[in-house]
Amino acid sequence: MFYDFSILTSKIHSWLLAHCDSGWTTLLEMVIVGLCVITLFVVLGLIFVYMERKVAAFMQFRLGPNRVGPKGTLQAVADTVKLLMKEGFTPQAADMFLFNLAPFIVLSVSMLALAPLPFAKGLQIYDINIGVFYLSAVSSISVIGILIAGWASNNKYSLLGAMRSGAQIVSYELSAGLSVIAIVAFTGSMSLSDIVESQRTGWWIFKGHIPAVIAFVIFIIAGTAELNRAPFDMAEAESELTGGFHTEYTGMRFAMFFLAEYVNMFVVCAIGATLFLGGWMPLHFGNLEGFNHIMDYVPPFVWFFGKTFFLVWVIMWFRWTFPRLRIDQLLTLEWKYLMPISLVNMIIVAFVVIMKWHF
Amino acid sequence: MSVSDFFFYLFSAMIIVFGILAVTTKKIFHAAVYLLFTLINVAALYFYLNYEFLAAVQIVVYVGGIVVLILFSLFLTHRISDDMLTPPWYRMLLASLLCLFGFGFSFFLMLAHRFPDISNAPVEMSVHYIGKQMLNYGNGGFVLPFEVVSILLLAALIGSIAIAFKTKAGK
Repeated sequence: MFYDFSILTSKIHSWLLAHCDSGWTTLLEMVIVGLCVITLFVVLGLIFVYMERKVAAFMQFRLGPNRVGPKGTLQAVADTVKLLMKEGFTPQAADMFLFNLAPFIVLSVSMLALAPLPFAKGLQIYDINIGVFYLSAVSSISVIGILIAGWASNNKYSLLGAMRSGAQIVSYELSAGLSVIAIVAFTGSMSLSDIVESQRTGWWIFKGHIPAVIAFVIFIIAGTAELNRAPFDMAEAESELTGGFHTEYTGMRFAMFFLAEYVNMFVVCAIGATLFLGGWMPLHFGNLEGFNHIMDYVPPFVWFFGKTFFLVWVIMWFRWTFPRLRIDQLLTLEWKYLMPISLVNMIIVAFVVIMKWHF
Repeated sequence: MSVSDFFFYLFSAMIIVFGILAVTTKKIFHAAVYLLFTLINVAALYFYLNYEFLAAVQIVVYVGGIVVLILFSLFLTHRISDDMLTPPWYRMLLASLLCLFGFGFSFFLMLAHRFPDISNAPVEMSVHYIGKQMLNYGNGGFVLPFEVVSILLLAALIGSIAIAFKTKAGK
């Protein structure tokens, strides 16, 4: 098979093992992986800011950023430099320790969530056997960062935004988790690399019939809600809360919240692409040998990032299509519609798996 | 000291330091955050021991569940930004005596215990195995405690709904 990253990673591993003992090898590999993750963070942040502004502009029939660099591509870089030079302001009555801690918690949680994602064949930081469960465990920590930020700012808007955001994330985690369980039931494994491998013959959204499609739709809705993005942006509704939990944050600390939000969007879309759309597996149709062969020539990481960016685009599309939900509508949607549907869907999936009706 | 040992001592030291900070700090919100760090470090220790499932459960239940609940209830508390009052001296004396006794008791128990020397390879705890054991009603299975706990949880859920249920006005 082409484009196998495990050749490269095993070469680095054996080179390091030849030069130092196993403990130091692990430590050095952690440093390398950390540098790669930070680079990915920065690149993703720049791309997403530019993409968001361009997509929004085209949806509203305008041009978007077009002055800095060719077609405005350097606009995000200029914005970053601006944020770096701004004063890091701390409100006088704020709790200094917690106020400074909160952005780090939020950012490190989104960094941890990148660990089990298979980016391409053999390119995975930590192939943990509880992959999906690990992701839902780690993402539950980010609520704490938001709650701390809201409380430490000592501002009524921040506190209200944090409360709303917390309630929203905690409740939508349920249906997101239940829709993920559907795919775990189909695959019989929680490891993300096993889930990708099980889609060699076809993606779960095709193989799993209607229950998989229902699970996918619920996952995208709940994922958008967990990201606090429009139409679920009650928590930072500009017109009523001025900005939610990050009202008081300026400069680099604000940029960290911003970056974490975009990386979380990437993570949610990457999970959706991995579970339902086959991860880095190319598109294959049953017996079309020639077509399948041509698709194999496209590198796996192009497939992975293509699918992920498609889902990112879908989430950006939501933002400019649906009006914002009120808090009661938001909770009704979760507890009266999505939760019961995903519970019933889970039972149907279990039935389909037992009867072996899926391909 | 190897790198592996270093990480073990690092996690253990963090658990102890943050545990002490959680009970000595004057600000109740800070105490909750220190408790969060202690629990995350316990999870890190489970990861270190290759018990990934247990580590993830630790994070989901304690960090994502209990600490979030504590923070939410703190939000609803009156005057959380004030410093906590110092307890009277006799209460502090009794508490420290109790702590010393507990520490000494477990310390001497640990010294007296002969830890067997095990040098096998680490066991891979697959999720399949955990799931099978959880629903196994044969010898060594855990289906009875599992079901008992789920009935307890169901009772708690129904109870909380009954408390929160809005009765119609006029009835």
